[in-house]
Amino acid sequence: MSYTLFILLLPLFSFLLIGIVDMDILKNGKVWSHKAAGLIGTCSLGIVTVLSYMTAWQYFFQTERLADGSLPTLVPFNTTWLPLGNLHFDLGILLDPISVMMLVVISTVSLMVHIYSFGYMHGERGFQRYYAFLSLFSMSMIGLVLATNIFQMYLFWELVGVSSYLLIGFYYTTAPAIAASKKAFIVTRFADMFFLVGILIFGYYTQSFNFSFAGSEVQMADGAAAFIPCDPQTALVKNAAYAVLPISLVLMFIGGAGKSAMFPLHIWLPDAMEGPTPVSALIHAATMVVAGVFQIARMFPIWIEYAPQTLSVVVWVGAFTAFYAAAVACTQSDIKRVLAFSTISQIAFMMVALGVCLPGEGEHLNHASLGYMASMFHLFTHAMFKACLFLGAGCIIHAVHSNEMSAMGGLRKYMPVTRWTFLISCLAIAGIPFFSGFSSKDEIISACFQYNSICGWWMTAVAAMTAFYMFRLYYGIFWGTENKELHAEHTPHEAPWTMTLPLVVLSIITVGVGAVTTLAGFGILPETWNFGSFVTASGAVYGVHFDMQVALTSTCIALVSIGLATWIFKGETQPIADKMYAAAPHLHRWAYKRFYLDEVYQFVTHKIIFARISTPIAWFDRHVIDGFFNFLAWGTHKLSALIKGFQSGSVQQYAIWFFLGVLAVLGIMVFVL
Amino acid sequence: MIHIECLLGLSAIMMFAGIYGFLTRRSTLAILLSIELMLNAADINFAVFNRMLFPEGHEGYFFALFTIAIAAAESAIAIAIMINIYRQLSHLGVDKLTKLKF
Repeated sequence: MSYTLFILLLPLFSFLLIGIVDMDILKNGKVWSHKAAGLIGTCSLGIVTVLSYMTAWQYFFQTERLADGSLPTLVPFNTTWLPLGNLHFDLGILLDPISVMMLVVISTVSLMVHIYSFGYMHGERGFQRYYAFLSLFSMSMIGLVLATNIFQMYLFWELVGVSSYLLIGFYYTTAPAIAASKKAFIVTRFADMFFLVGILIFGYYTQSFNFSFAGSEVQMADGAAAFIPCDPQTALVKNAAYAVLPISLVLMFIGGAGKSAMFPLHIWLPDAMEGPTPVSALIHAATMVVAGVFQIARMFPIWIEYAPQTLSVVVWVGAFTAFYAAAVACTQSDIKRVLAFSTISQIAFMMVALGVCLPGEGEHLNHASLGYMASMFHLFTHAMFKACLFLGAGCIIHAVHSNEMSAMGGLRKYMPVTRWTFLISCLAIAGIPFFSGFSSKDEIISACFQYNSICGWWMTAVAAMTAFYMFRLYYGIFWGTENKELHAEHTPHEAPWTMTLPLVVLSIITVGVGAVTTLAGFGILPETWNFGSFVTASGAVYGVHFDMQVALTSTCIALVSIGLATWIFKGETQPIADKMYAAAPHLHRWAYKRFYLDEVYQFVTHKIIFARISTPIAWFDRHVIDGFFNFLAWGTHKLSALIKGFQSGSVQQYAIWFFLGVLAVLGIMVFVL
Repeated sequence: MIHIECLLGLSAIMMFAGIYGFLTRRSTLAILLSIELMLNAADINFAVFNRMLFPEGHEGYFFALFTIAIAAAESAIAIAIMINIYRQLSHLGVDKLTKLKF
């Protein structure tokens, strides 16, 4: 399957081609960069998508399973990039269930976004730059999921960070976009520092950067041997490694939390919505922000083997973030911010699902670590319906030229395709049976109940909030009062086909996957049709059945939440909502201001770090360190004044000195030597 | 037969005349002439040593020829420089050409 290398290289080539060659001059006088850059990017992504589907088909259906029923880990390409004694940094391609699943997700969403951008970015200044960055991002994200070792992952991890920074700051002439791109870069970079420290600790104590110690060609032969660094004082080193592994994993998790916008490092994601909407769909909803989840899933064999207790950190960070983001999402008025907080909340669901996994042996691992399967499944379904929601939001913004819900309302008549696909995605995220979000979210909540009931009920409550705020958004956009003032200027209209086609494709995937997995989960279709036959903790097929209690409860709660949202927000006027605001104005204001976390950050960074720490250090640097070197320069200058008179510029004076010198040498030669 | 000391004395006088001229004259052209004088003093030395001490060889004569060729090239460059200086500053006084310093 060495053609997988092309999946990585094609977007790189198209990035270089679009990024370097100026397509404006292809036809003299007439600019057609518009089509050329977009077509090259989209074609290369189209080929990548086809190759990814081929890989997935071959890997899941034609590869022979191992004796224990799990899929083998394939390494079609691997090369040592940088050898450092025992350690070496490798670059390669690793195919295992999660990386192949991610390939499908990334290529599908990226292709949809490429097509969609034809319509959305039409006539935009920097169209070519936009497509170059999209290719760069696709390449980096594919490299991230295909990485054979944690160091290669880190390399591409930083590359996705850079492409995210470039795309958030795409409208680099507007101040908010610049601020948002800097914020995103600095916050994620700050978190990545912990990731790097974690990697280095991991590499030092285990003498490898591999994802697992279990035997296969890229991995260490035997678990115990992995803990023997250069000198064989085994017992000591082994204990140290056991003590150190959880620390390094938690440090890596901090990096993942930064990328995946977990509390308290989530502050960059809502601001990242300053970028073009298709970018928000691709990077800040479907692919890059789940890199943190993917990272934990990647290191999962090590987490579950060596640090199962430490996973509770992941659970509580995730559970809190899920609730916090859902609460904020209930009050935001900017539709992209609602979706951003919803994304944070949904990623937190995936984090919690990974955190609630428990260790188990062989067959039991799949049951104990149900959360692993659920998390990956939710990652897949969420990428599809959230990308659809964001692209739908893009169509709406395209039509009304505003992000604010107050400018919308009553759009259902004007934009039927957007409306129905948006509704399908809302039903999916709310967790209604036969839509994809139901199957995955239900598995997550089952896994939480398996962990403990507090966690289970907590996540059920957050799921209810999810249904509520999504339908608040839906009714706010498509129902309610029309904005007559706006419609007087121009009537909103449905987006062009390049923009609606991706919506339709993504919602078909949402409904298709949802219907099949729901039927399989209820036992009507064979259980091998479910996600459990592709990605599970041990790799072996796991037949997924819905826990009827959980399924029924969460469906009922979701329906009640939707009903509540309908009751409050569907009407032309919203007396109930107004009364609620009036009853708890402070709570609403706090939630609307995101509980003032950005202000807290502002205070901590500016008033404490900048004013109390950085300013004195800067003073010390300017006055003491610079002063010392200025003093040295001043001394040299003054000393040189004593002798620089020799260099008078007058040639004859030099000749006299030269002549006297010759005489002196002659004198020494004759009289002294 | 002329003594070698006489010939070396002549070249020493030419040499020191050249050095004196180089150090004291203000005109760049005169300095160039002094340099030629010093080069010629050296040429005479080459020729004299060859003729008097190693009559069977020719290296000294050839060195003198080379020096003459180099002197010609050097004076061409020197005059070109002088013309440029004159175009820029309208004078050739070496005592005023002191711009090239710290």
